[in-house]
Amino acid sequence: MDRTSHADMSQVAIEMREIVKKFGDFTANDHINLKVHRGEVHAILGENGAGKSTLMNVLYGLYRPTSGEIYVNGKKEEIRDPSHAIELGIGMVHQHFMLVQPFSVTENIILGMEPVKGIRVDMKTARAKVEELSKRYNMQVDPDAHIEDISVGMQQRVEILKVLYRGADILILDEPTASLTPQEIQELIEIIHHLTADGKSVILITHKLKEIKACADCCTIIRQGKYIGTVNVPEVTEQDLASMMVGRNVEFKVQKKQLEPGEVVLDVKDIHGKDYRGVEILKGLSLNVRRGEIVGLAGVDGNGQSELVEILTGLRKGESGSVKMNGKEIFNKTPKEIFDSGVTSIPEDRQKHGLVLDFTVAENLILQNYKKPPFAEKGILKKKKITGHAIELIGSFDIRPEGCEIRPAGTLSGGNQQKVIIAREITNDSDLLIAVNPTRGLDVGAIEFVHRYIVEQRNKNKAVLLVSFELDEIMSLSDRIEVIFDGKISGSVKGSEADENELGLMMAGGVQHG
Amino acid sequence: MVKKKILDNNALYTIIAILIGFVAGAIVLALAGINPATTYGKLFDSIFGQTKYLVYSVVYGVPLIFAGLGVAFSFRTGVFNIGAEGQFVVGALVSCVLGIKLDLPAVIHVPLCILAAAAAGALWSMIAGVMKVKRGINEVLSFIMLNWIAFYLSNYVVNLKGIKADGKEATVDILESARILFPKEILTATGCKSFNYGIILAVAAAIAIWFIINKTTLGYELRSVGFNRFAATYGGINANAAILKAMAISGAMAGLGGAMQILGNQMRIAQFASQEGYGFQGITVALIAGSNPIGCIISGLFYGAMKYGGQKLSLVGAPKEVLDIIMGTIVIFIALSHILKKLLSGRGK
Ligand SMILES: Nc1ncnc2c1ncn2[C@@H]1O[C@H](COP(=O)(O)OP(=O)(O)OP(=O)(O)O)[C@@H](O)[C@H]1O
Ligand SMILES: [Mg+2]
Repeated sequence: MDRTSHADMSQVAIEMREIVKKFGDFTANDHINLKVHRGEVHAILGENGAGKSTLMNVLYGLYRPTSGEIYVNGKKEEIRDPSHAIELGIGMVHQHFMLVQPFSVTENIILGMEPVKGIRVDMKTARAKVEELSKRYNMQVDPDAHIEDISVGMQQRVEILKVLYRGADILILDEPTASLTPQEIQELIEIIHHLTADGKSVILITHKLKEIKACADCCTIIRQGKYIGTVNVPEVTEQDLASMMVGRNVEFKVQKKQLEPGEVVLDVKDIHGKDYRGVEILKGLSLNVRRGEIVGLAGVDGNGQSELVEILTGLRKGESGSVKMNGKEIFNKTPKEIFDSGVTSIPEDRQKHGLVLDFTVAENLILQNYKKPPFAEKGILKKKKITGHAIELIGSFDIRPEGCEIRPAGTLSGGNQQKVIIAREITNDSDLLIAVNPTRGLDVGAIEFVHRYIVEQRNKNKAVLLVSFELDEIMSLSDRIEVIFDGKISGSVKGSEADENELGLMMAGGVQHG
Repeated sequence: MVKKKILDNNALYTIIAILIGFVAGAIVLALAGINPATTYGKLFDSIFGQTKYLVYSVVYGVPLIFAGLGVAFSFRTGVFNIGAEGQFVVGALVSCVLGIKLDLPAVIHVPLCILAAAAAGALWSMIAGVMKVKRGINEVLSFIMLNWIAFYLSNYVVNLKGIKADGKEATVDILESARILFPKEILTATGCKSFNYGIILAVAAAIAIWFIINKTTLGYELRSVGFNRFAATYGGINANAAILKAMAISGAMAGLGGAMQILGNQMRIAQFASQEGYGFQGITVALIAGSNPIGCIISGLFYGAMKYGGQKLSLVGAPKEVLDIIMGTIVIFIALSHILKKLLSGRGK
């Protein structure tokens, strides 16, 4: 990986001094300092809810700071709103993309700043400019493709191009890699490199220490809204970063005791299914998971894993096949019947399936159990019990901030939203837990925590099916790894014997195993 | 505490919107060469001038509270019950026909008429619900269609032999035993011939709806589907069933509104020349109340008072349409305030 730095330490592009941002009585940013130089990649690291997104929203003019000063290229500025930020050369790519689905790539990039010829949009000039930009920074996009047809990685490039098109010199990327595949992450790091070579500065928020090591010059650490310090990335290890951010030592390796798997809990046989376009994507997949076993499903995105999980959880109907849960057929049953048969899951799309964002945290925590005692009796909700349950889980799963049981789930930070789902699903304590990218967007401390919970389920003799894009996660947790390729299981290895390169090959459809 | 602050804020926005509505009305009046001060003075006097006026305002408010509750309930479940108009009409029709045709002691007759109206409203709404759930037909379209069917159905029934009053474009009056008027003494004391139990039922219904939404598992289901049906489905809630239930309850409320209007005030149905608009006014009531059932009592009474007081505006030469302008402006500004609030809360201070 290229580690040449392009930072010009004599020129400060952005300086934020003593920034304080309060939401009511709650202080999200408590005197934070940040200095970003020209050509520098500056990472911001902090636990879930530490206040990273808030700080960036202040810089981008979405929030007004309660106090503190912002200097852009040495000049003090009051950033009024995002369009003012853009004028000052600051651009932001939000964690959730904001593209117009039916529009083309070019249309999205020029939206709001269209070159005109008379009264018509000059598409030719626009297209040429987009092509020029994408060539300059080596970002492959198809200017005429429609957003709904392109991959997440390409959508991200479109977002970045959109920011560059508006003339940004300082790019804020808020967790840009959270939903990218490893391959796409590599490409993004390349792009960042091209940007800094051109004198642009990049502020990068990520929970993945590897990425910080791979591409950042400096890293500022925030803990619970407070400024902890700024370090030169080459001088520290991943372990140092983790400890600084959490304030204690973090275990990267998951401790797992030996366990002999028991009888089969989930038995999937010869599943066929279609994707949203009606194209067959599952082509006779078979898989089983036994008690006391974590089975990791590894594969490149788009090989059918999403559809498989949707069929297993009842959100999508399969074409044919059989799914048995403890011997009972659950293929194409409703989500409720499947849940009642002992399947619980951490869904892939947290905001769509996992949470009702307008519900309070307490209400979200009883999503599958709202009808059952002690949460309800004779159709009447028992508020005290519901709140008590929430307070308990908020404590034991360290969901922040404290007292958030009465807040709408949508006001929690991304990572804490994920913790709400995990708390709910794990306490369901079902025979089978299906976890899809369970640690997406979580900080290293929280990841350690979630991993321990998943292993604990297994130790309690439950079955776990883990679907993840993070090979590291799959390898460190799984007792057995099944590789999915082109809608089928293409191979299987024991977790303890897995080798990253070999897995990579199998995922690409290379070797047949097991 | 935080919650209370937000509530206060909402109320504040609503009051501002109402003031803007009156200002807009005043501007239009002034432009039309009518003195706004006299007009509003008259309006105020027509509502608060005498006990009798105030009581009449309440009587006018009752059916609107019910219609508003129906619409508000549907909003909370993510459905837009623009069909309250039709449900109101069938509720009125059923209670009227039963009120004329059945001869029963009041203790049976009244509840029967009321329940039948609720059932009719629920059924009318469920038609659209079933079409939405089973066939994917947009409920707004079927609601509008059902509004017109109810309209013509009512006109048809009104003209049937044995129901139509001789020499009038209306039904005969419902029997005494079906009426929900307060005892004579109260009517004489207040000077309002139509003062009826409706207001008590309306308050009870608002409390019941509030309870259902906030305190029951049914309410949990309906709200979750309204906010995010994907997550609700994922959580094992049958979204289609929830939508049907919500539409039934919503329709029942509108149907009850119709019953109140007939059994408590009109005592008969006249041939319609055009849609009467109770259901549409219910949308306004729900919007002003911010879909809060308890708020519907207040906004329903407000609208009722405006309707009652507005009738007398012609005495000072002002068209009563100015009220539509006022109410319309209020709704627009309340809708805007939601957007405004989003912007403000996003930006913080
Ligand atoms: N609009 C808001 N109103 C109230 N509280 C908020 C708001 N936005 C953020 N917060 C709170 O501020 C804190 C910091 O949130 P922020 O989103 O900045 O965290 P983060 O560091 O980006 O976390 P993550 O890594 O999980 O995304 C959280 O406790 C969050 O609940
Ligand atoms: Mg964040």
